[in-house]
Amino acid sequence: MLTILISAHLVIAMAAAGLTRLIGHRAFLLVAVLPAATFGWLVAQAPVVLAGGAVSEVAAWIPALRVELSFRLGLVQWLLALVVTGIGAVVLWYCRWYFAGVASQPRVVGLLTAFCAAMIGLVTADDLILLYVFWEATTVFSYLLIGHDPTRRANRSAALTALIVTTTGGLAMLVGLIALGQAAGTNSLAAIVAAPPSGALVMLAAPLILAGALSKSALAPFHFWLPGAMAAPTPISAYLHAAAMVKAGVYLVAVFAPVLAGQPGWRPAVWTLGALTLFLGGWRALRQDDLKLLLAYGTVSQLGLLVLLVGTGTQAAALGGMAMLIAHALFKATAFLVVGIVDHGTGTRQLSELSGVGRSLPLTATVAGIAAASMAGLPPTLGFIAKEAGLEGITNLGLGHDGTGIAALPAWLLIGVVVAGSALTVAYSLRWWWGAFWTKPGAPATPISHRPEAGLLAGPVLLAAATLVGGFLGGPLTAVLQPYADTLPLGEPGHGLKLIPDPGAPLAASVVAIGLGVLLFVQRDRIARIQQTFPLVYGAADFYRASMAAIDRLAVEVTDRTQRGSLASYVGTILAVIAAGILLALASVQAWPAAYLADNAGQVVVGAVMMVAAVAVATSRGRLRAVLLLGVTGYCTAVLFLLHGAPDLALTQVLVETVSLLVFLLVLRKLPKYFTERPLQSSRWWRVVLAGGTGLAFTLVALLAFGSRVATPVSAAYPEVAKSFGYGNNIVNVVLVDTRAWDTIGEIAVLSIAATGVASLIFLRSRGAPVRRVTSPGNRRDRGWLQGSRSLPDAQRSLIFEVVTRLLFPVMILVSIYLLVAGHNLPGGGFAGGLVAGTALLIRYLAGGRAELDEAMPLPAGALLGTGLAAAVASAVAPLAVGGVIFQSFDVHLRIPGWDQLATPLGPLTILGDVHLVSSTVFDIGVYLVVVGMLLDLGRSLGGGIDAQAEEGLTPAPEPESTHAIPGGRSDR
Amino acid sequence: MNAANLTLAITAGLVIACGVYLITERSLSRILVGVVLASNGVNLLFLVASGPAGGAPIIGLTPADRMSDPLPQAMVLTAIVITLSVAAFVMTMAYRSFQLNGNDEVDDDVEDARIAALAEADRTSDSFEELGFSDTGEDVVSE
Repeated sequence: MLTILISAHLVIAMAAAGLTRLIGHRAFLLVAVLPAATFGWLVAQAPVVLAGGAVSEVAAWIPALRVELSFRLGLVQWLLALVVTGIGAVVLWYCRWYFAGVASQPRVVGLLTAFCAAMIGLVTADDLILLYVFWEATTVFSYLLIGHDPTRRANRSAALTALIVTTTGGLAMLVGLIALGQAAGTNSLAAIVAAPPSGALVMLAAPLILAGALSKSALAPFHFWLPGAMAAPTPISAYLHAAAMVKAGVYLVAVFAPVLAGQPGWRPAVWTLGALTLFLGGWRALRQDDLKLLLAYGTVSQLGLLVLLVGTGTQAAALGGMAMLIAHALFKATAFLVVGIVDHGTGTRQLSELSGVGRSLPLTATVAGIAAASMAGLPPTLGFIAKEAGLEGITNLGLGHDGTGIAALPAWLLIGVVVAGSALTVAYSLRWWWGAFWTKPGAPATPISHRPEAGLLAGPVLLAAATLVGGFLGGPLTAVLQPYADTLPLGEPGHGLKLIPDPGAPLAASVVAIGLGVLLFVQRDRIARIQQTFPLVYGAADFYRASMAAIDRLAVEVTDRTQRGSLASYVGTILAVIAAGILLALASVQAWPAAYLADNAGQVVVGAVMMVAAVAVATSRGRLRAVLLLGVTGYCTAVLFLLHGAPDLALTQVLVETVSLLVFLLVLRKLPKYFTERPLQSSRWWRVVLAGGTGLAFTLVALLAFGSRVATPVSAAYPEVAKSFGYGNNIVNVVLVDTRAWDTIGEIAVLSIAATGVASLIFLRSRGAPVRRVTSPGNRRDRGWLQGSRSLPDAQRSLIFEVVTRLLFPVMILVSIYLLVAGHNLPGGGFAGGLVAGTALLIRYLAGGRAELDEAMPLPAGALLGTGLAAAVASAVAPLAVGGVIFQSFDVHLRIPGWDQLATPLGPLTILGDVHLVSSTVFDIGVYLVVVGMLLDLGRSLGGGIDAQAEEGLTPAPEPESTHAIPGGRSDR
Repeated sequence: MNAANLTLAITAGLVIACGVYLITERSLSRILVGVVLASNGVNLLFLVASGPAGGAPIIGLTPADRMSDPLPQAMVLTAIVITLSVAAFVMTMAYRSFQLNGNDEVDDDVEDARIAALAEADRTSDSFEELGFSDTGEDVVSE
C-alpha cells in the first residue's frame, strides 16, 4: 500500500503540469487529496503500530547488492509520516489561495507533490540505500523549489547553496550507511536497530551519518543554507524548511540514536553542536527584521534543540525530543502560514513597518498567538508540555549524568546553554508576534489590501487548534511515544508529558527561561544596541563562500594547465600515452613468440611498395600527390588482403579506394595545390619520435598478439555454423548479415549519418538539392548518348566518355546486382554490390554533370538511405512475427515449373534451376541501398553541389603561389 | 606457440607511424590523409593477428582447416567502408573550412585561450556567482 501511495504521488506529480493548465489553482486542492488520503491510511494503521507492531512491504530491487525496495512503518516512521502527510495536505490546500493572485503554478504543484512522495519514502524506507535515494530526492526537489524564480540571483544562489551543503553531507552519510550495512551484514534499518552491530566500521559510520543528518537539519556549522532557502515562496518554506525536510536529519538521528549514541564522539558532537545551534539561532533570530527570516533562524535554533534531545540517547530526552518534533512541526508550519497571510494582506514582512495588524485581522492574530505561545513553550500548549519533557531529559544529565557518563561541569554548562537558548526562544517568539500584530506607539495602522479568505485561514486554524488541543493530551501522547523511548538503552524513564508539571528541576528551568525571555523581550531595544556592538566574525557562510571561490579558481587553473586548446597536442598526448603504455607493458614480456618473414614472396614485394608509398605520403607537400600516393597504399592493402586469402576484403578495398580517390579529387579541384606549412617546424622531430614510437608499439603488439592466443578462436565453428544457420557458403558475408548483423546495423547507421553530414555541410539548409530531370517520360525527342550532359558547356563534354559511360552503366548495374545476390555464397555482398552501383552513378556524373546524375537516379539520396535502413531493420525484426529471434535467418528453395529447366533436343538446359533464397538477403539489400545512397549523396554534394556553388562564385578560390585561398563569397547561403 | 608474420607487422607499423606523423598536423586535409593511412595500417594488423594466410573462407572452395580466419575479415570489411564515409565527411569539412576561412587549419580553441587569460589574471570563471544572500539580516529575501 505504501508503495502504491508513493507511486501515486509521483504519477500525479508528473501529471500536475497538464492538470494545472486544465483547472488552474484548483489543482492544488486536487493533489492535496493524495497526502490527505495517505494521512487517513496511516491513521487506520494506528492499532497495528501502537500495539508495537509494524507494517512492512518488501520487493526485490538489486539482489546482488542486497538492496531492496523495502518499507517498514514502525512507531517513529509512523509519527513522521503523519507529520509529513498531514502538514503536506494543509500546505497544498493553503497554496490554492496563496498563489491565487499570480499565474498558475504547474511547477510548484508538481514539485510539491513529488517532494511529498520523496519525504514519505524517506521516513518509511527500511533499506538504507533506498533511504539514501529518497534523502537525495528531497534535496533535489528542495533545490528546485528554492530556485522558484531562477531569474533572481537570491533564489539561484540560495538553491545552489542548499544543494551543495546538503549533498555534501548526504555523500558522507552514504559512506556511513554503507559502512553500517557492511558491519551489520544487512541493509535493513529494523534489523540493525534490533541487533546493533559494533566494531571499527560502526565507529566510522557514526560521525559520517551524523554529518549527513546535521547538514540536512541545518545545524551549525551547516546552518547558513536554511535562512537563504527562505527565498522560496512562504508555503514552500513552511513545508520544506520548517515542518518536513529539515526534520529528516532529526529523524535519522532519532532512529540511529539507539544504535550509535554510544559510539565515541557522537554525544559530545550532538551536545556541542546542538547547544551551539540552539543559542546561535536564537541570538540571530532576535535581530531579524523580516518576519520570515526571524522564523528561519528560530527553526535553526529549534532544530539544534531537537537534535540535542533525540541524539542524547536517554529515555527522558528521547520522549521530550519526539514530543518537541511534533509540537515544532505544528507551530512552525502555523507561524509560516501566518506570515504568508500577513505578507499577502499588507505587502510587507518587515516588522518595523507593520503596526495594528492584530486589530484588523483578529483571527489571524489569535492563531499566531497560539503558535507563538507553543514556540515559546508557554502553557497550555503542546509546545509547553513537550519542552517540559525535553528539559527533564537535559536536567537529568546534570542530576546524575543519566547513564551517559557526562561530567558534572559540562552537564551544567549544557543545562545553562539550553536554558539560555530557551529564554532566547521565548524572546524571539514574543518579538515575532509583537512585530506582526501589535499596534506600535506612534505608528499608523498598516492598511490591509487583501483580507484572507476562509480557505487561506483554514490551514493555520486547524494546525493551531491541534497545538492547543495537544496541550491537554499529554497522557495519551506519552502512551504513544513511550515505546520509542523504551528502546533506548540508557537513562531514567521520563515522567511523561503533563500540563500540570511536577515541581522539580525542569519546571524551575522553564520558569527561569520564561522569565529571562520576557525580560529580553521587554529590553529589546537595549539588546539590539548590544548586538550591534558585536564584531562580525568569520563564519561558516564565509568559509563556504571562500571554498566555492577556491574550487572555481582551481578549476580555472587546472583547465588552463590541461586544456590548451590545440588539437595536435591533445592527439599527441593520447598517442604518447598509448605508445608509452604499450611499450612499458611489452618490456615485461618474457618469451616472444616466433616470427617468420612472410607467407609468400608477394607479401614482401607489396609490403615494400606500400612502405615506400606511405613515407612518400607523409613527406609530400602537394595535396594531389599525397592523395594519389595514399591510393597506392590502399591498393597495396587490397593486394595484401588477396594474398592473405580474403577475396571479399580485397574486392571491397579496391572499390572503396576508387571511390575515395574520386571523392578526394572532387574536393581537391577547389583547394590550393600545396598543404599549409606548419608555422612551427620545431615540433617536427618530436612528432617523428611520437610517430616512430607508436608504429613500433603496434608492430610489437601485432607480433605478440597472434602468438599469445591460447583459446580456440570463436571463428573455429564458423564454417559449420555459416551453413547450418546462415544458409550461405561465403562465411564473411554470413558473419556480416547474420552472425554479427548488429555490427552491420551500426555501420550502415554510421554511413547514413556521414552521408547526411556531408550533404548538410554543402547544402547547409537542406538535405540536398532538389532532383531536376531534363527529360520526362513523354518528352524524349533527342535521344543522345547521355540526356543530362546537354546541360554542360560543349567544352566540358567528351563524346567518347559519354559513349563509354552509356555502354558501361547497364553492365556495372548488372554486375552490382550479381554481387549482391551471389555474395551469400561467393565473394561479393551488399557492400561490394552497392559500391559498384554507386561508382556507376559517379561515372554518370563525371561524364554528364549533375543533371546527368539526376537522370541516372531520379530519387533523393535520403530516400535510398531511409529505405535501406528500413529494409535492414525490417529483416531484423521480421522473424519475431513467426516466432523466431531477431536476425534469425530462414531459407526457401524455389523451383518454378517451366522456368527451372528448359527441355531442348540436346537435353535439359538449366534456366533458373533450384533457387535457394535466404531471408538475410533482404538485410543485404538494405546494406546495398544504404551504400548506393551514400555514394549518391557524395556525388550530389561534392560533385553537383560544389558545381552549383562554383557557378554562383561561392567556392574558395586558391590564391596563386600560396597555400591559402580566398574564402567563397557569402558564407551562409 | 604460434608464429607471426614479420613483413605484415613491420609494414603495418611503418604505415601507422606515417599516419600518426600526419595526424599531429594542423592542416585538416593532411590530418585526414594521416587517418586514412593509419587505418590501412590498422587493417593490416588484423591480418597479422588473425594468423597465417590461407584459402578464401568460402565453403566448398577451401577445406575448413585451410581457410583464413573469417571473423577478422568481416570486422575489417566494416572498418574499410566506415573509413570511406569518415574520409568523405572530413574532406567536406576541409572544403567548408576553405570556403569560410580560406584555409583548413585547425585553430586553437578560442574559449581555451580565454580561460588561459583568466588563469593568468587569477580570476574566477565567468559562470561563478558570489553568494547572493547573507545571514546578517540586512538583505531582503522576498518572493
